[in-house]
Amino acid sequence: MPTPLLEINSLTQQFGGLTALTDFNITLEERQIAGLIGPNGAGKTTVFNLVSGFYTPTRGAIVFDGQATLGLKPHQVTALGLARTFQNIRLWNDMSVLDNIRLAGHHRLDYSFWSLILRTKKYMATEKKLEIKARGILEVMELADYADELPKNLPYGLQRRVELARALAAGPKLLLLDEPAAGLNSADVEGLIRLILWIYDEFKISIWMIEHQMKVVMSLCQHLMVIDFGRTIARGTPKEIQNNPAVIAAYLGDANI
Amino acid sequence: MDDTNAIIQYGLNALQLGSFYALIALGYTLVYGVLRLINFAHGDVFMVGAYIAFFVSSFLLSPEGLACGQTTAFVLTLVLTTILTSGVGVTLERVAYRPLRRQGAHRLYVVITALMCGILLENANLALLGASSRTLPDLIHKEVINWGGVTITNLKILIFMAAILVFVLLQTIVMKSRFGMAMRAISWDPFAIPLMGIPVDKIIVFTFVMGSGVAGLGGLLYGMAYVKLENTMGMMMGWKAFIAAVVGGIGDIRGAFLGGLLLGAVEALVPAFLPSSYKDLISFSILIAILCLRPTGIFGVPLTTKI
Amino acid sequence: MKKYTLNFFFLALALALIAAAHGNWLDKYTINVLIAMGLNIIFAVSLNLVNGYMGEFACGHAGFMCVGAYTASIISLMCFSAKFTAAPLLPAWLSPVAFPVIMAISGLTAALAGFLVALPSFKIRDDYLAIITIAANFIIISLIENLDVIGGPRGISGMSRTVKAMTATLDIPWMVIWVILGAYFSIMVIYRLVNSTYGKGIPAVRQNEVAAEIMSVDTNKMKTVAFMIAAGLAGLAGSLFAHTYGTVNASSFGLLRSTEGLVMVYLGGMGSLSGSIMAAVAFTLLVEALRLGLPALNVFLHQGHLLPASFDLSQIWNWVIIPLILILLMRYRPEGLMGHRELTHIFPSLRRLITLK
Repeated sequence: MPTPLLEINSLTQQFGGLTALTDFNITLEERQIAGLIGPNGAGKTTVFNLVSGFYTPTRGAIVFDGQATLGLKPHQVTALGLARTFQNIRLWNDMSVLDNIRLAGHHRLDYSFWSLILRTKKYMATEKKLEIKARGILEVMELADYADELPKNLPYGLQRRVELARALAAGPKLLLLDEPAAGLNSADVEGLIRLILWIYDEFKISIWMIEHQMKVVMSLCQHLMVIDFGRTIARGTPKEIQNNPAVIAAYLGDANI
Repeated sequence: MDDTNAIIQYGLNALQLGSFYALIALGYTLVYGVLRLINFAHGDVFMVGAYIAFFVSSFLLSPEGLACGQTTAFVLTLVLTTILTSGVGVTLERVAYRPLRRQGAHRLYVVITALMCGILLENANLALLGASSRTLPDLIHKEVINWGGVTITNLKILIFMAAILVFVLLQTIVMKSRFGMAMRAISWDPFAIPLMGIPVDKIIVFTFVMGSGVAGLGGLLYGMAYVKLENTMGMMMGWKAFIAAVVGGIGDIRGAFLGGLLLGAVEALVPAFLPSSYKDLISFSILIAILCLRPTGIFGVPLTTKI
Repeated sequence: MKKYTLNFFFLALALALIAAAHGNWLDKYTINVLIAMGLNIIFAVSLNLVNGYMGEFACGHAGFMCVGAYTASIISLMCFSAKFTAAPLLPAWLSPVAFPVIMAISGLTAALAGFLVALPSFKIRDDYLAIITIAANFIIISLIENLDVIGGPRGISGMSRTVKAMTATLDIPWMVIWVILGAYFSIMVIYRLVNSTYGKGIPAVRQNEVAAEIMSVDTNKMKTVAFMIAAGLAGLAGSLFAHTYGTVNASSFGLLRSTEGLVMVYLGGMGSLSGSIMAAVAFTLLVEALRLGLPALNVFLHQGHLLPASFDLSQIWNWVIIPLILILLMRYRPEGLMGHRELTHIFPSLRRLITLK
C-alpha cells in the first residue's frame, strides 16, 4: 500500500478556552479531489490553517507526503509541495500579476545574496528561468494578457484565477482551495468547476477544498467530510453525505433540541 | 539606623518619581484604551502643562499680576493649569488626530503624527521661549515632617496623594460610570458603537480632557518638586511614563499606576549599583524586554490575529 | 547609445563634482552641502527598504548610523593615529586601501545591530515595532555615552588624520569620492535587491504578510535581510559622516536625525527609490535654505518691527518646520510624493534614456 499523501491524526486546536477543532482525522490518497464542508464557523478554515502550518495545533499529528509537518513554518510546508488559496483573496496587490506568480517560487531560489548583488550568470539564468516558467503558467491559465496588470485592478473572478495560478506556480502536490466559488455568479461557477477539473488532470495533483456551494462539491469531490462545531459528523461519498441525517440536522438546526 | 533611614529616603524618592510616571502613564493608557493610539505627544503635553503652571502661577503671584496669596494662587493654578492643559490635549486631537481618524488613515500615520506633534511642541517651546530654563515660584509653604527619624516633605505627600486620588477617580470613571463603559466599548468595536447611538467624538474628546488634565496636574506638581522647567523634560518623562504604561499593560488604568510606581522604584535603585547615567539604558532595556516577552504587560489581555 | 544618456550624465556629473572639489572651484561650504546630500541619500534609500518597501515602521534608523560612525572612528583611530594604541597600526600610505575596508566593517557592524532589532520584528509589528526601534535608538546612544573609553558624552574625534593620510598619499578629494561611491553602492544594492525575485519577498511582506508566509516566502528571513541591509547602509553612511566631519558625538544620532530620515522617506514616497533620492536632495537643500533663510528673515522682521526686539528667530524653527512637514504629509499624502512608483513610471520616456542594472 502506498503512503497516503496527507494523513492527519486526532488534530485538536484550542484558542484560549475555545476548542475550534476536536480530534480531526483524515487520510488523503494521491490523485483525488476531496471536500470539507460544514456550517459557518465549523472550523473548516482552521483545518487548512493547521495543515499549512499557520497555526500550531494543540494536539495531533499531520504527515504530508511521508513527512511530519508539525513545527514547520508555513513556507517550509509549501516547499514540501502544499499550496493553497484563501477565502478572502490574498494577492500582493502592488506587484504585477507576473511578479505574483514568480514569487511563488521563492522557496526554490538557489542563488546566494551576493550573487544577486553582483548579478552573476547563475543569478541571471535563475531569474530568466523563473520568468519563463511564470509566463508559462499564465499562458495555460489564460492570464497572459494580464501579466503586467496589478491584481487590484482586475475583476474579482480574474483575481481568483490569479490566486489559483500562484498556488500552482508553487509546484504543489496537494492544492488546498478555501471556498474557491465564494462571490462568483452561477456562470462563473460552471467555469470554475471546469477549470478545477482541468487543473486536476493537467497538473496531476490532488485537491482538497472547502466549499459552501453544493453544486461545486457534488460535481467535483470523490470524498467528502462534514464538520460542525469542530467535530467530524460525517464522511463518505457525496451521495452518502447528501442523505446523512446528522448532516441535514447540522445545516438546518436540530429540530429535537 | 542610618542605613534603614537611607533606604526609606530612597523609597520616598522612588515613590515621588513613580507618582509622576504614574500620572503621565495614566494619560497614555486612557487614550490607548479608547483609540488604540499611542499618543506620543503626551509627554510634551505634560511639559506644556508645567509651563502653563509657570505662567499662570507667576501671573497670579506677581505684584504686577493679581498678587494673590499663596494658597489662593496654588488652588487657582491647579484648576487653571488642569483646564488649560486639557485644552492643549483636545486641540491636538481636533487638529491632528481626528482628521486622520475620519479619513480612516493607517494607524501608523497617526503614530507618526503624534510623534511629530511631540517634537513640534518641544521645539516650538524652545523657539518661542528661548533656551533659559524657568523656575516655578513657591506655591506651598514647604514643611518637613519628621516621623521617628524619617523625614518627608509635605510636598512629597501631596504628590503621592494626588497620584492615588487621580488613579482612584479614573478607575471609577472608566470601570463604573456609563461614560467609562462607552469608552471601553469604543475600544472593542469602533465601527459598531456609533450605530448604538453613542457619541464617539464626544467620548474621545472627554478622554483627551481627562488624560491631558492629569498631565497638566503632573506638570504643576513636577514643577513644584523639581523647580526647574526645560523644554526637553517632556520627551524623557513621556518616554519613561510610556514605558511604565507598557510595563503595567497599556490600556489598563491599574497597570499604568502600578507600572509607574514600579519604574520609579527601579530607577531609584539604579544608582545603588551603577552610575546614574545608566538609568535610561535600563529603563529602555526593560521596555524592549517586556515588549518582546510579554507585550501585554502585567494586566493586558493578549490580542489574537485571525485570517 | 541613446539608452545610456542618463547613465553618462550621472557619471559626468560625478566626475565634474570630483574635479570641482579637486580644483577648489567649489567652496568648502558647497562641498559640505553636497556631501550631506550624499549621506542623506544613503540614509533615505536604506530606510526606505524597511519603511517603504517592507512597510514596517522603524523610527530609530539613526542608531545604526551611530554604530557605523563609532565603529569607523575607532578602527580609523587605531589604524592611523595613536589615540587607542601606542602607535598607528598601519602605515599612512595604506589609508586609501584601508578606508573602504573600514567602511565595510562599519557597515557590517551596523548590520549586526540591525539583526538584533530584526528579531523582535518577527512577532511584533506596527506601533509596537516603532517603539522597539526608538528604544533601540535610545539604548545605542545611552550605551555609547556611558562608555568612557570612546569618549562617553564628549564624543570622539581625530578621524581627519585618516583623511589627511589619504590626501598625503594621493592628493584628490577623497571624501567626495567615497561619498559618491557610497551613495552609488547603496542605490545599486537596493535597486538590484527589490528588482529580484528574492528581494520581492520584501514588498510581499507589506502587501500581504500572511500570503507571503504561506506562499513560500520565509518572511522572518526577509525581515532580517531588509533590516540588516538597511542598518548596514546606514552604518556605511555613519562611517562617511565620521570622516567627513572628523568628529562624532552619539547625541547627534538621536530621534531627531531618525526623524529626518522619516521625513525624506515619506516625502519621496514609500517604496520609491527615485523618490527617496529626490527627497534627500530636496530635504538637504531645504535645511540649508532654512539655515540661511531664518537669520535673513529674522533681520527682515526686526527691521520691519514685526518682531519684538527681545525675540530672535533662531535655528530651532528648523525643528518646528520639519515635523510640521511630516504631519502635513501624513494628513494629505501619506504615501509620499511618488507612492510606490518610480520616476520611470511617471515619465516612461525616461526609460529610453537610462539603462538600469
